[in-house]
Amino acid sequence: MAEAGSRDNYLVTEKLVKRFDEAVAVDEVNLSIKQGEIFALLGSSGCGKSTLLRMLAGFETPTSGRILLSGQDVARLAPYERPFNMMFQSYALFPHLDIWENIAFGLKREGLPRSDIQQRVGEMLDLVQLTPYAKRKPHQLSGGQQQRVALARSLAKKPKVLLLDEPLGALDKKLREQTQFELVNIIEKVGVTCVMVTHDQEEAMTMAGRIAVMSKGRVLQVGSPEEVYEHPSSRFVADFIGNVNLFDGRLSIDQPDHCAVATSMGEIHVSHGVSGALNMPSAIAVRPEKIEINRERPTADHNVFAGKVKEIAYFGSYNTFIVQTEDGKRVKITEANTSRHELSHITWEDDVFFWWSDSAGVVLRD
Amino acid sequence: MAKLKLTLPGRRFVIGVPSVWLVVFFMLPFLILLYISFVDMGNDISPFKPIWDSETGLLKLKYENYYSIFQSSDGGGLFQTIYIEAYVRSIWYALCTAVLCLVMGYPFSYFIARSAPSLRPALLMMVMLPFWTSFLLRVYAWKGILADQGVLNQTLLALGLITEPIQMLYTDVSMLVGMTYVYLPFMVLPLYANLVKMDIRLLEAAYDLGASPFKAFWLVTVPLSKAGIIAGFMLVFIPCVGEFVIPSLLGGPENIMIGRVVWDEMFTSNNWPRASALAVVMIGLIVVPLAVYYHFTGDPAEARH
Repeated sequence: MAEAGSRDNYLVTEKLVKRFDEAVAVDEVNLSIKQGEIFALLGSSGCGKSTLLRMLAGFETPTSGRILLSGQDVARLAPYERPFNMMFQSYALFPHLDIWENIAFGLKREGLPRSDIQQRVGEMLDLVQLTPYAKRKPHQLSGGQQQRVALARSLAKKPKVLLLDEPLGALDKKLREQTQFELVNIIEKVGVTCVMVTHDQEEAMTMAGRIAVMSKGRVLQVGSPEEVYEHPSSRFVADFIGNVNLFDGRLSIDQPDHCAVATSMGEIHVSHGVSGALNMPSAIAVRPEKIEINRERPTADHNVFAGKVKEIAYFGSYNTFIVQTEDGKRVKITEANTSRHELSHITWEDDVFFWWSDSAGVVLRD
Repeated sequence: MAKLKLTLPGRRFVIGVPSVWLVVFFMLPFLILLYISFVDMGNDISPFKPIWDSETGLLKLKYENYYSIFQSSDGGGLFQTIYIEAYVRSIWYALCTAVLCLVMGYPFSYFIARSAPSLRPALLMMVMLPFWTSFLLRVYAWKGILADQGVLNQTLLALGLITEPIQMLYTDVSMLVGMTYVYLPFMVLPLYANLVKMDIRLLEAAYDLGASPFKAFWLVTVPLSKAGIIAGFMLVFIPCVGEFVIPSLLGGPENIMIGRVVWDEMFTSNNWPRASALAVVMIGLIVVPLAVYYHFTGDPAEARH
């Protein structure tokens, strides 16, 4: 293990457990978060990501385990004693205070001189471009503006760690995309270490430098968005992040640099090795956009299969085909609409071939 | 947000019934009271005279009923009358009662609002349970507790904490105890209704920003429950000013409250016009500050904005 409190291990959870009565919400979570990175906890509702965040904030006391900030255990500190600030899901702005007072709330608790508070609140209002709204009450602002006030309030005290609970959850879809980049820009400008919780994989992938995929209180995989997407370590992660086709079978070729899995459809070749024994049950994950589709048989040696087009869905920028093979397996294939006519010749009930390169598939071992 | 729209006849009915009720049982009696307060005292057969002169038929307002409230006839100065004293005393005791109810009711309401949702109906029931017993019986019960031979004194004597009974009944203390006891639910219910709606995340946000639990309570919970505090305070203060039964049963003989004065004028002196004038002034004393307050702050239910 790396030395405690180094830049790579700025915020560390060690065997963190939270039990509510008999239910385990967070189960032995070990994470190392780097200084200055945006780290996302991604999972569906009830996976324990919010409980984990609330433990970092201090609203829940861990049943066992440690939370280390620069090597110091903060797990038993009260929320008002930690250098962590949180941006709440529905912002939790104080309705009886105006925007200026909301942002000043934390600074006033530190007993700073009035002139310092004045200056810092001014900076924060500038940062989120809300200076003209300083004297408004929260309910007089739009959702997007309230979100920026919440961000300014949580950054005002220069926290060592910024916690974001579903930061874009309360915004509508169009506003979300725009705010996503704005939020990342501000966080990067400030340079604060940031832990965010989200159930939206797109949000996690665009905003975070690294993602921890959680399920049932456990962390299944930690990695950059590319790693998690291209090299999912488990069936759950492959399925949770984006769309995926899963082919079950048994390991039929086991070489250091390549392998193959025999499925009901035929043998599927993969250009990476796995640690395991022949005949071990394995699954192969292939992303729909990595599969090609055509009416003519391609010249490739491996991973070529035949089927019948059962569904076509037009999404504007891409098409999705559902192709059924002879043995009944339904495979999802997406093709980008790069020109206006290219794939339009494929239609319902057409007999087609689909294939993918050896490097497209990933073997999953659970 | 879409507003609930009632159809026109439905709306008329819903607004009309309470309006008619208020006009018949509140506005009309008040106008009668106002009328009597401006006429001459009558005799045993009719307690007041008509407002027009029986011979000339002209309107004749008798302002003396009001004048005598503020200026005593036996040489005392302006405002130095037993009536003014009684008003001041009534308002003072009503204020004390409201403050006591607030001090006792706030932690209690807070406790109910923060308890497990499954427990709340039972706790609220406990607040309302006393209403199932007659109000008079409950006030009489306090006599049994506070009297010289009462439960409290006997217990203290038995424990050897005192050697002779303490005079508790028929004092200001016993009266305040009785009033606070009776009016406490009127403070607890609006406060509870307000506190239970409060978003706990606002408190978490305050902690997160460095506020200690006490600071968070003082800077977030209290300001946000302002509407509940005002509503509860008014619900206790207003009826307490005119309270008649509790001071008569538990209060001392020397500290006459305005309710008692009105009673005496009405039934002992048989001076209906003065009793009416006293009542009108009392209503004015309560309604005017209230109206001014509402004018400047708006509806207290909206005060949190």
